Amino acid sequence: MATTIKGKTGEWEMVIGLEVHAQVISKSKLFSGASTAFGAEPNSQVSLVDAAMPGMLPVLNKYVVEQAVRTGLGLKAQINLTSVFERKNYFYADLPQGYQISQYLEPIVGEGTIILDLEDGETREVGIERLHLEQDAGKSIHDQHPTQSYIDLNRSGVALMEIVSKPDMRSAEEAGAYLRKLRTILRYLGTCDGNMDEGSMRADVNLSMRRPGEPMGTRTETKNVNSIRFVQQAIEQEARRQIEVLEAGGEIVQETRLFDGMTGKSRSMRSKEEAHDYRYFPDPDLLPLELDPAWVETIKVSLPELPDEKKARFVKDFGLPIYDAGVLVADRDTAAFYETVAEGRDPKLAANWVIGDYFGALNKSGADLESAPVDAKKLGGLLDLIADGTISGRIAKEVFEEMWDSGQDAGAIVEAKGLKQISDSSEIEGMVEEIIANNPKQVEQFKGGNEKILGWFVGQVMKMTQGKANPGMVNEVLRKKLG
Amino acid sequence: MMSELTNLTIAEARDLLAKGETSSKELTEAHIAAVEAARSLNAFITETPEKALQMAEASDKRRKAGEAGVLEGLPIGMKDLFCTEGVLTTAASHILDGFHPTYESTVSRNMWNAGAVLLGKTNLDEFAMGSSNMTSHYGGVENPWRKSGDNRPLVPGGSSGGSAAAVAARCALGATGTDTGGSIRQPAAFCGIVGMKPTYGRCSRWGIVAFASSLDQAGPMGRTVRDTAIMLEAMAGYDAKDSTSVNVPVPNYEAALSGDIKGMKIGIPKEYRIDGMPAEIDQLWLQGIKWLEEAGAEVMEISLPHTHYALPTYYIIAPAEASSNLARYDGVRYGLREGADGSLDEMYEATRGKGFGMEVQRRILIGTYVLSAGYYDAYYNKARKVRSLIARDFAQAYEKVDAILTPTAPSAAFGMGDKMDDPIAMYLNDVFTVPASLAGLPGISVPAGLSQDGLPLGLQLLGKAFDEETVFKVGGVLEEAAGFDATPAFLAA
Repeated sequence: MATTIKGKTGEWEMVIGLEVHAQVISKSKLFSGASTAFGAEPNSQVSLVDAAMPGMLPVLNKYVVEQAVRTGLGLKAQINLTSVFERKNYFYADLPQGYQISQYLEPIVGEGTIILDLEDGETREVGIERLHLEQDAGKSIHDQHPTQSYIDLNRSGVALMEIVSKPDMRSAEEAGAYLRKLRTILRYLGTCDGNMDEGSMRADVNLSMRRPGEPMGTRTETKNVNSIRFVQQAIEQEARRQIEVLEAGGEIVQETRLFDGMTGKSRSMRSKEEAHDYRYFPDPDLLPLELDPAWVETIKVSLPELPDEKKARFVKDFGLPIYDAGVLVADRDTAAFYETVAEGRDPKLAANWVIGDYFGALNKSGADLESAPVDAKKLGGLLDLIADGTISGRIAKEVFEEMWDSGQDAGAIVEAKGLKQISDSSEIEGMVEEIIANNPKQVEQFKGGNEKILGWFVGQVMKMTQGKANPGMVNEVLRKKLG
Repeated sequence: MMSELTNLTIAEARDLLAKGETSSKELTEAHIAAVEAARSLNAFITETPEKALQMAEASDKRRKAGEAGVLEGLPIGMKDLFCTEGVLTTAASHILDGFHPTYESTVSRNMWNAGAVLLGKTNLDEFAMGSSNMTSHYGGVENPWRKSGDNRPLVPGGSSGGSAAAVAARCALGATGTDTGGSIRQPAAFCGIVGMKPTYGRCSRWGIVAFASSLDQAGPMGRTVRDTAIMLEAMAGYDAKDSTSVNVPVPNYEAALSGDIKGMKIGIPKEYRIDGMPAEIDQLWLQGIKWLEEAGAEVMEISLPHTHYALPTYYIIAPAEASSNLARYDGVRYGLREGADGSLDEMYEATRGKGFGMEVQRRILIGTYVLSAGYYDAYYNKARKVRSLIARDFAQAYEKVDAILTPTAPSAAFGMGDKMDDPIAMYLNDVFTVPASLAGLPGISVPAGLSQDGLPLGLQLLGKAFDEETVFKVGGVLEEAAGFDATPAFLAA
């Protein structure tokens, strides 16, 4: 299903491909033992290798390789048992070696797939072209001195996975859905934390426009877009720019553009002619990377259940609507939370409570699952009180609010506040008889065929009991006594 | 200036020390004096006499405590391409001005752990790029030898020219070298000493300033085959910090010097008979064959058909790697910084323009060119393919023979300043040494005779990968037969 944009001269279709740089979760860097922790003092996590001191040599971090393989398997991708690290040569002050060690002709991971979950509950497949490992550069800081730049090498040598999609996306929404899904998968796998604001996930956008059904046009690459919102903004903006150029009879220049989050606009960085000649060649300091198929297999069997599989299971085993299942699996911890709540209880009731009241409370308070005052066990306790008729659903909402404020168990609150549901039929009958006796006019109306008045009687009983009467039982008794 | 102590071989000095007939301090003092007396040769960039004495005293204490290592108490020179902790390390380049590493290269660390004493850092061609030692920012090195009746200074060869000259002039009992295309073997031949390039992967490259990573290999230089065998045992070994170092046990190389090569098969590659080779070198080669036959070896002609392509292949691959390896010298973090008031690009240009000498600049340009888009396949990629064919030539030859005998260099030492305006003529020095470098194989140069001008000439023995023992064994036989006992003019002065 292609989405098109209307220009002055007709419909246009976007063709989008994304290159995502995902920082690998690993204690140490790709080729050195220096720490990768975020937020340390500048230049405090720099080994001799990261600073490219004379005579220093890279040694591949095996755990990072494992993480890349895990990611490849999570993306249902081809794992290449032989891959090669090459040098990408260019000069910059925050690139100490004068080259980035990356993979070029022979990446560690080949083609795979991601299934996008779109707004309307539809899904769409986007191809993965490749995933390769490479070193991050350091950071240049230009605003600390009037004429000089400072260099922080903490990030120098940190392992990145560059994940390249096929040009399979057709709208900014799809690009957003792709990034969200990729981030979810990476987080499930524990291979990237996906924190775009800390720079641990960054995207470059490749975009071209074409008339529907026609071959692809010339593309531009917009670099360095560091939030999902900015990616979507950059796509919309660049699509409009390209349509304007094309409709004015111009041609798109193949170029690299730089996105500015402050203005929401991009500007040309360099054209194809100005493109660097990176002079890639196999890094002679490193042997080709050979993977043992048995080792890959052990990683494969240790993979966690991934969001697509989990969603399918929630729908099948718990009877949840696809949308609800999708919401619950979007985050691995949320899904686990839900499963704890649903364990041995009504799964649909559990889903409604988790997605509705519980997420609402989280959002309102700004807490997360870790810090929330109500954990899965306590929420489950509340649901148990609903299930065994101790409290009604309406009272349960009150109790939940109290739980959130006080951190107490549902049972304790119900006990202390006397919120236990009245399910004693003789007690309810007594109250109903009293109300019938005191309200002959309303009784007449009911007998005259006004069914709606029944609700008024229910309300009277609830008023008398502060809402604690078992609503089903109240209805039943009323019908019996009025009829 | 030569004393009894400085004229000892490593093996002799070791035995005297073991018997308590001399001390490391005494031995070291004699060598410090020799280093000072030989300053006119310019063999050292940095002398470390105080450190040497401290190390010698510490060595004597260890020996008393019964903890003597393989090189215990022996004063040596360290090529200034090895990073030495706290000691100026220059790679003979202006661009590393003032660079004092905070770390010790694995090979030098191994040698200190074995008890060796550092006399100083020896001169070399800038970044080990050269065959004459003339490209050093610190000036050329004089070969201690002179042509008979001709006092014009000669080059010691390169790039390990300072180490070769220091060992030949009896300034050091031995010295380290590195060999990328012949940088240990050719200067050893020019200076009448023994130089051994081990198999690629035998010695760790960690802490050695890189020239061409797929070729660089450290090795020993000494006055006898035995001395180099003793040194290599201390230098070699697997190092997890160098992914290209190979995890195989290091044998006792000295034990391989049995002198028994009966029945061993020695190959003579017909492609090494090149046009214009001086007759005296051809004759020496024939003499070498005869010596080995007399010792009971079976000598046979072999073919290494791609030999002809080795030199052009080398001069694509080595500069390509160098152009990338030397990108880190940018004025940002250490060494020379020029043009700091300008833009980043201006700083790069000024720093690298002033910091690198002409030969280094030439190789960076060649390397950048052969890797650039549109030329990569025609040059670099083709060179890689040829390289694998050259390695295959050797592999096939070693199905028939145990070792290969060739001359080390196509000439004896030449005059300082000669060939400087003709890089191709300079590169031809490496014609016999480069093929084994490309194949990663071990080779040794043994002094085997004198030219008509009275200059030393070397013969080269090449072996199978990680079979340095055979190379040492045959080299020892050659050395014994040649009985080379000439000494350089410098010692007579």
